[in-house]
Amino acid sequence: MLSILLIILAAFFFTGIIIRTKSLASGRKGPGILQPIRDVIRLFRKGVVYSETTSFVFQLAPTVYFASVVMAMLVVPFGQSRGVLSFNGDFIFFAYVLALGKFFSIIAALDTGSSFEGMGASREALYSMFAEPAFFILMGSLALLSGHTSFQEIFAYLHIGSQISYALAALATFVLLMIAMIENSRMPIDDPKTHLELTMIHEVMILDNSGFDLGLILTAGYLKFAIYGALIVNLFIGVIPYQYAIPAFFAIQFLIAATIGMIESFMARFRMSHNPQFIVVLTSVSLLIFFGVLLILQKFI
Amino acid sequence: MNLIIAFLLIPFAGLLLIPFLEVKWKGIATLILLTVNAVISGYFAVQSLRGDAISLILPGSYVTGPIPLRLDALSGWFILIINLIFLTGGLYGFSYLKTYRERRNSLTLHAISFLFQHASMLSICLIQNSFVFLIAWEIMALTSFILIIFEHENPVNIKAAINYLIQAHFSIVFLMVGFLWVINKTGSYDFQAITTYTASLPGPASLMLFLCFFIAFAIKAGFVPFHSWLPYAHPAAPSHISGMMSGVIIKIGIFGILRMLLIVKTDFILAGYLILIVSVLSGLYGVMLAIIQHNLKKLLAYHSIENIGIIGIGIGIGCIGTGSGNHVLATLGFAGALLHTLNHSLFKSLLFFMAGNIYQSTHTMDIEKLGGLIKKMPQTALLFLIAALAICGIPPFNGFISEFIIYTGLYSWLSGGTLFSLLAAIFSTVGLVAIGGLAMICFTKAFGIIFLGTERHTLPHSCREVSFLQLLPGYLLAGVIILIGLFPLMFIRMLEKPVGLFTVIPLFPSEHMPANAFEALQPISWASWILIVLIICVFCIRKYVMSKSRIDMSPTWGCGYVAPNFKQQYTASSFVRSYSKLFAPALLVEKEEELLHGVFPGKVKYHTRAYDKVEKWFIDPILKLNKNFLGKFVFLNNGKLQFYILYGIFFILAVLSIPVLYVGVMSFIEILKNL
Repeated sequence: MLSILLIILAAFFFTGIIIRTKSLASGRKGPGILQPIRDVIRLFRKGVVYSETTSFVFQLAPTVYFASVVMAMLVVPFGQSRGVLSFNGDFIFFAYVLALGKFFSIIAALDTGSSFEGMGASREALYSMFAEPAFFILMGSLALLSGHTSFQEIFAYLHIGSQISYALAALATFVLLMIAMIENSRMPIDDPKTHLELTMIHEVMILDNSGFDLGLILTAGYLKFAIYGALIVNLFIGVIPYQYAIPAFFAIQFLIAATIGMIESFMARFRMSHNPQFIVVLTSVSLLIFFGVLLILQKFI
Repeated sequence: MNLIIAFLLIPFAGLLLIPFLEVKWKGIATLILLTVNAVISGYFAVQSLRGDAISLILPGSYVTGPIPLRLDALSGWFILIINLIFLTGGLYGFSYLKTYRERRNSLTLHAISFLFQHASMLSICLIQNSFVFLIAWEIMALTSFILIIFEHENPVNIKAAINYLIQAHFSIVFLMVGFLWVINKTGSYDFQAITTYTASLPGPASLMLFLCFFIAFAIKAGFVPFHSWLPYAHPAAPSHISGMMSGVIIKIGIFGILRMLLIVKTDFILAGYLILIVSVLSGLYGVMLAIIQHNLKKLLAYHSIENIGIIGIGIGIGCIGTGSGNHVLATLGFAGALLHTLNHSLFKSLLFFMAGNIYQSTHTMDIEKLGGLIKKMPQTALLFLIAALAICGIPPFNGFISEFIIYTGLYSWLSGGTLFSLLAAIFSTVGLVAIGGLAMICFTKAFGIIFLGTERHTLPHSCREVSFLQLLPGYLLAGVIILIGLFPLMFIRMLEKPVGLFTVIPLFPSEHMPANAFEALQPISWASWILIVLIICVFCIRKYVMSKSRIDMSPTWGCGYVAPNFKQQYTASSFVRSYSKLFAPALLVEKEEELLHGVFPGKVKYHTRAYDKVEKWFIDPILKLNKNFLGKFVFLNNGKLQFYILYGIFFILAVLSIPVLYVGVMSFIEILKNL
C-alpha cells in the first residue's frame, strides 16, 4: 500500500520537475512544479469535442489506458512492503497489463481516421514491441540472480548481494530509465514539445482527445513515470528501514526527473529511422546484464 | 460397447438421411447428429478428465488385428476441445451457409463430410492401432479436403485444397514410415508395442522414430517449415471450416505430438530442445508474416502458425522438464501448452467466424478495402476486439493465462541449470516476448484498419450486421474466453489429469502437480477482477463528470488541413511500413510501383504482394521436383475414360499379383540357394 501512496505523491511532482529543469537549463524561470497537475484539473472540468469518425473505442480507450497504468502501479513494491498484489511472475502481469493500455491507445488513434494519428499509432506499436524484450531479459536476469520471480522478492534480495550487484543495478537503472523514456515518449525517442505532427509519436496519437479523456491520458503518463521511477528506486533501497528509504525514494525520483530534464535540454531527438536501432541496443545492454549475472553465478567456466 | 456402435452409426445415419432431406432440414439434422455424437463422446471425456481412463479392445478383423481404444485424460481434453469447436462451428456454419441454399448437392456433401470429420477426429483421439489410426487420419484429410472446396467454382480454392491434400499426404507418408518401422520389428499394430519397442532401442534410433512422427504431426500442426498449406487452405475454405481447421485440425497435430511423447521412449531433453527451437522459430516467423498479409483470413492463418509456436514452446520446455526431472518445469510447460491449445481454439475460431461475418456483408477479405465497419457491424466488431485482445495475450482474457503459465515455466527454468539451458531459457523468453509484441502490431492493424476510421474503398453495396443466430456462436466463444480469463484455476484443475500423464512418465516418477506452480493464478484472477472493476469505476466517474460539461462533435482534426478525404487515411500497408522495412531481410514482398514523375504527374500505382521465403526455398523446390518427375508421365493422362478404367484394372491386377510374384520369387531364390 505504501508504494501506491509514494508513487502517487511522486507523480504530482515528477513531470513538473522535468519541465522546471528544462526551463532553467534554457535560461527561463518556468512554470511551478505543480503546473502539470493544475493543467489536468483544468482539463477535467472542460467540455469535450469528439470526432464524428470515432466510435465507442475512442471513448473507452482513455479509461482503459488509465486503468491499466493504475493496475500496473498495484504490483510495484516499495522496499520490504509488497505492492497491493504480489505474486510470482507479477512483472509479467505488469508488462502485459501496460500492453492492454497500449493496445487501446493505438486503436483509439486509428479510430479517428486521421493519417497523422495512424502514423503515431504505427510507431507506438513498433517501438513498444522493441522495448519489451529488454524489460523481460532484465527481469529474467534479476530473477536468475535472486532466485525469485516476484518484484518484491527480487528487489529485497538485490540489496543483500555483493558490490557487483550494485554494478548490475546501475546498468539496470539505465535500461529501466530508457524504457521509461520510451514508454512515456520522451526525448531520445520522441519529442513531446515538437510542433510538427509528422515527428511525434505519443502526442500525435492523442491529437483528437480533449477534456476529461485527455486529462486521464496525461495523469496516466505522470503515473507511468513515477512507476518506473519507483522500480529504479527499488533496485537500490532493498531492506533499508523506512525512515531512510522514504527520503531516498523522493531523492532518487527527483534525481531521475532532473536527469530526464537535462537529457531533454541538451539532446536532440533521434531520427525516426534510428529509433529501432537505439531500442535494440537496450536489449543488448540487458543481455549484458544477463551475462553479468551468469558471471556472478559462475556459470561460465 | 453399445455406445461405440451408436457413435459409429451416427455419421452413417447422416450419410443415409441427409441427402433425402429438404435444404432447410439438412443443417438441422447435421446439428442434431453432431450434438448427439458430442454428448456421447463428451460424457466419456469428462469421465477421463476425472481420472477414469477407459480402455477396451475391439476384436477388429483379420487385416487390422485387435483395435485397442484407449481414452485417457489427454484424449479427453482434446475431445472436449473438438466438441466445443465443432458445435459452435456447426452452429455458425448453419447460419453462414443460409445464403448458399440453392446449392443443394454441395450442401449435402458438406454436411456429411462435416459429420464424418467430427467422427474421424474423435476416433483419432481414441484409436491406438496404427492401421486403423491411419484410416481415420485419411478420412480426416479427405473430409477436410471436401469441406475446403465448398466453393469449388473458384479455381484458386481448388488449387489451395489440392495443395492441402498433397501436404496432408506427405504427413501420412511419414506416419506410415514410422508405423511400418515398428510393425516390421514387432509385428503388432498396437501403440503399446511402440513403447516396448522404443524402450529397448538405442537413443539415436528412438529419436529418429520420434522425428518421423514429429514431422508427420508437425505438417498437420503447421510448424515452420511445414506450414505452407495453412495460408492457402484457410482463405479458400468457408469461414466456419477455416475456424475449425485453425481451431481443431491443426490441434490434432499437437495431439499427435503429445501422444507420441507419451508412447515413444526417447531422449526427452534432446527432443525437447528440438521442439523448443522449432517452436520459437515458428512463432516468430508466423507472426512476422502475419503482419504483412492483407487478406484477413491469410493473416489469421499465419497467426495460427504463431500460436502453434507458443503451444510448442510449452511442449518443448515440458519435455525438457520431464527429461531432466524438473517437475515444476514439466508441469508448467505441459499445462501451458494444453491450456493454450484450448485458448487458441477459442479465439482463433471466433476470429474466423467474425471474418466470415465481414466477408458475408462486404464480399471482400482485403483489409485495405475495408474500414469503419464498427459503425455498421458493432457486435462483430466487439467480438473481434475481444478475440484480438485475447490472442495478444493481454489480461484479463484467456490468452494471458496460458502465456503466463509458459512464462512462469521459462522463468522457473532460469532458477538453475547449465549455461546452455539458461541461454535457451532466456532466448525463448525473448522469442515469446517478441511474439507478443509483434502480435500486437498485427492485431492493432487488423482491428484498426478493418473496423475503425471510415470506409477506405467504396463498397458496391451497403453492408449491415449479420443475424443474431450467426453471432450466437461468437458470443458463446467470447463467453468462454472471458471465463477462462477470470477463473483460470477452474480450468487448471481440469488439466490436472492430462498434465499428470506427462509428469509421471515412468522413468522419472514425481509427486503430483506441485502446488506452488500455479499459486500465482489466484492473485491473477483477483487482478483481472480489480482491473475490470477499475475500468467500470473510472468509466462511471467519467460519465458523471462529463454529464455536466459540454460535448461537441466535429470532424477529425486534420492538423490545419480542412478537406481531408477518406483516401488519406492510414492503410494497412502504411501502418506496417516501418515494420516491413526493418524486417525486410526476413520477408519477401513483391512490389509494383509507379512513382510520381515530372511536373505534371500521371497515374501512380503501388501494389505489394507478400510471399513466403521458407515456402520459396523449402517447399517450392520439392513441389517442383515432384512436378517435373510426374510430368514425364503426363502422356498417360490422355483424357479418355476407357484408358483410365484400363489403368485401374492394371493396378488391381498388379496388387493381386504381388503375393503370387512374391511366392514365385521366393521359390526361385530357394532354387538358387539349393543349387
